Amino acid sequence: MEKRSRRLLRGIGLVCALALAATACGGSDGGTNPTSLSRADIEAALEKGGTLTVWAWEPTLEQVAADFEKAHPAVEIDLVNPGVNGDQYTALQNAVSAERGVPDVAQIEYFAMGQYVLTEELTDLTDYGAGELADAYTPGPWNGVKGGGEGIYGLPMDSGPMALFYNKRVFDRHGIDVPTTWDEYVEAARALHEADPKAYITNDIGEAGFTTSMLWQAGSRPYRVDGTTVGVDFSDPGAEAYTTVWQQLLDEKLVTPIASWSDEWYKGLADGTIATLATGAWMPANLASGAAGAAGDWRVAPLPQWTEGGATSAENGGSALTLPRLGANEALAYAFVEYAGAGEGVQTRVAGGAFPATVAQLDSKEFQDTKFDYFGGQQANRIFAESAANVAADWTYLPYQIYANSVFNDTVGKAYVSDTRLTDGLKTWRDASLRYGEEQGFTVER
Amino acid sequence: MTTPVTTAPAGSAAGRSGSPGSAPRLRTPRHRHTPGRPRRSVLLTVLTGLVLLYSLVPLVWLVIATTKSQEGLARSFGLWFDSDFALWNNIGETFTYDDGVFVRWLLNTVLYVVVGAGGATLLAVLGGYALAKFDFPGRRAVFAVIIGAVAVPGTALAVPTFLMFSKMHLTDTPWAVVIPSLISPFGLYLMWVFATEAVPAELLEAARIDGAGELRTFFQVALPLLAPGIVTVLLFTTVATWNNYFLPLIMLKDPDWYPLTLGLKSWNAQAETVGGEAVFHLVVTGSLITILPLIAAFLLLQKYWRSGLAAGSVKE
Repeated sequence: MEKRSRRLLRGIGLVCALALAATACGGSDGGTNPTSLSRADIEAALEKGGTLTVWAWEPTLEQVAADFEKAHPAVEIDLVNPGVNGDQYTALQNAVSAERGVPDVAQIEYFAMGQYVLTEELTDLTDYGAGELADAYTPGPWNGVKGGGEGIYGLPMDSGPMALFYNKRVFDRHGIDVPTTWDEYVEAARALHEADPKAYITNDIGEAGFTTSMLWQAGSRPYRVDGTTVGVDFSDPGAEAYTTVWQQLLDEKLVTPIASWSDEWYKGLADGTIATLATGAWMPANLASGAAGAAGDWRVAPLPQWTEGGATSAENGGSALTLPRLGANEALAYAFVEYAGAGEGVQTRVAGGAFPATVAQLDSKEFQDTKFDYFGGQQANRIFAESAANVAADWTYLPYQIYANSVFNDTVGKAYVSDTRLTDGLKTWRDASLRYGEEQGFTVER
Repeated sequence: MTTPVTTAPAGSAAGRSGSPGSAPRLRTPRHRHTPGRPRRSVLLTVLTGLVLLYSLVPLVWLVIATTKSQEGLARSFGLWFDSDFALWNNIGETFTYDDGVFVRWLLNTVLYVVVGAGGATLLAVLGGYALAKFDFPGRRAVFAVIIGAVAVPGTALAVPTFLMFSKMHLTDTPWAVVIPSLISPFGLYLMWVFATEAVPAELLEAARIDGAGELRTFFQVALPLLAPGIVTVLLFTTVATWNNYFLPLIMLKDPDWYPLTLGLKSWNAQAETVGGEAVFHLVVTGSLITILPLIAAFLLLQKYWRSGLAAGSVKE
């Protein structure tokens, strides 16, 4: 089976944007997994030391790496940022193709894990005793590092339980109540845009990550993955609830067509023309630096619900630290990943503004009591922590979600710029995803 | 690549059409148009004016944007100043942010330009002179190869070069940027054409008859005549290397070896990073600082550049 799936995925092409046809993107042949490693082995590796190459874009890791070097003087960490997410996956794929320069540790987002797991490019950390850490993490991220497989292919680094960030000043000025359900959200969007034609409830130009998170919260489970059998279905009640609400926002032009992370976006967040964001709990640091002008205006509320009085949440974003199989120095690499993802490094990262995936940090009084100056002194972590606990853990991405997300704009994206209905867009997305799966040799359930 | 290249010809063209006449004398029917006093065309003036505007507006935006702080960029109109003037602050912060990594990128770029573009010019001059003034078997084949190479964009070669360099263990080192920069088919072609026109065969023969060796003939007789062409090629290769983005993007992973282009992009990408610090004000200030040396090079060398471009256009 393993051999077969490896062959199946040979040529999963998207992330090989740069790879020449000559070298397939599949995992390397050979490469034996280490048999169970004891604590003593890891200690010995730390004692012996060496240089560890870490590819990650997460800014707080810099301090973590420095602390780790201080604690283990024989170890030197070469922290490299080869580019944010997509760029990093391309770089990683190039290195794997060339079988040279593969990092010892790589940051990979949960949605992308499946692809690397199925092509056997990541080391299964079960042999290092990673399984014992299961209870240390919240359910969403822990589900994420399994990547749809049996093993544990990384340790969660951060997570993104969703919440509603809203500009309180704008809401107060127009006397609008903070929505607690998505129906109220649409009402608020109408009221806001009517009161101030320049203001919009939020921005959205069609983003796969956001849409899948919304479906996740709405209870839709569009992806079914069982080994090499995949199914995609956007017709369950959850998906219907989502399209009904979002179609209204699109029809009435209540969301502004600005791409997230653009300078225009930061401008909108700062000047109040983008009034809310439903996004992951990692957002505060970006608001504080990108929209510094709006300090004190923003607050955090629980994510609006699909049913009144509900308490369901979803994850948006978040990533793990993994050990690529072609990387060297596995024991040492694991020691670092454990330090950054489950050990002292977590606290360092939280202090640096990152959002943890570990229960201990989320539940700690210090964390929960933290007051955010940017949110007018609000103890926002309480809302985030509650959201993390409310995430349903049975969500699955496709084993080739990187590809699927890349065609989102050609399919669902049309609903944002033309008369195409959101439901039709999702159907086209489903077809495109299944077609690709078939081409790659998956058994497709229609 | 585009901004300085388009600005200079547009600027000089407009300057030329405006400068020679001291006062507008559009309605003097008996006045004869001489080469020094060309006829004015309203249409052409308007068109060049538009082109000038088209190339200057981004520059104006950039200059204005560098005077704004991060918040100022968000709250003010793009083509006018914000209430607080943060230019000096921005410049200071650009050079000191992240332990002064910008300075490192600047020095890297200078290194790539001096070694890469300088080397490319040297090779182009030597090769172009040899091809123009020596007859040897296979010259036509070399010509065909050069013309073919001019047609292949460097971007298309970047990935194969990456795989090759990766086998040679050269990726993620400065060599990976310098070595491909040494090759400039266009520069070689230009030097070839230029040397054919600018160095009379009679002069070389005279030098040889007087007993000068080939090296001495080249350095003391040919080289001074080639100067305008050399400057032209040097400008071309300097601009290409200074603005090179795709090659270093593929070759380099270590930010310590980034040129300015990649470094600025990585700063810009910080805003797209979870927990990253948005530093748009440093990106624009850094961009302005990045293009200043190129603008200076063009202003200082443009007379050579123009005579280089025009060389060979008139048969003597």
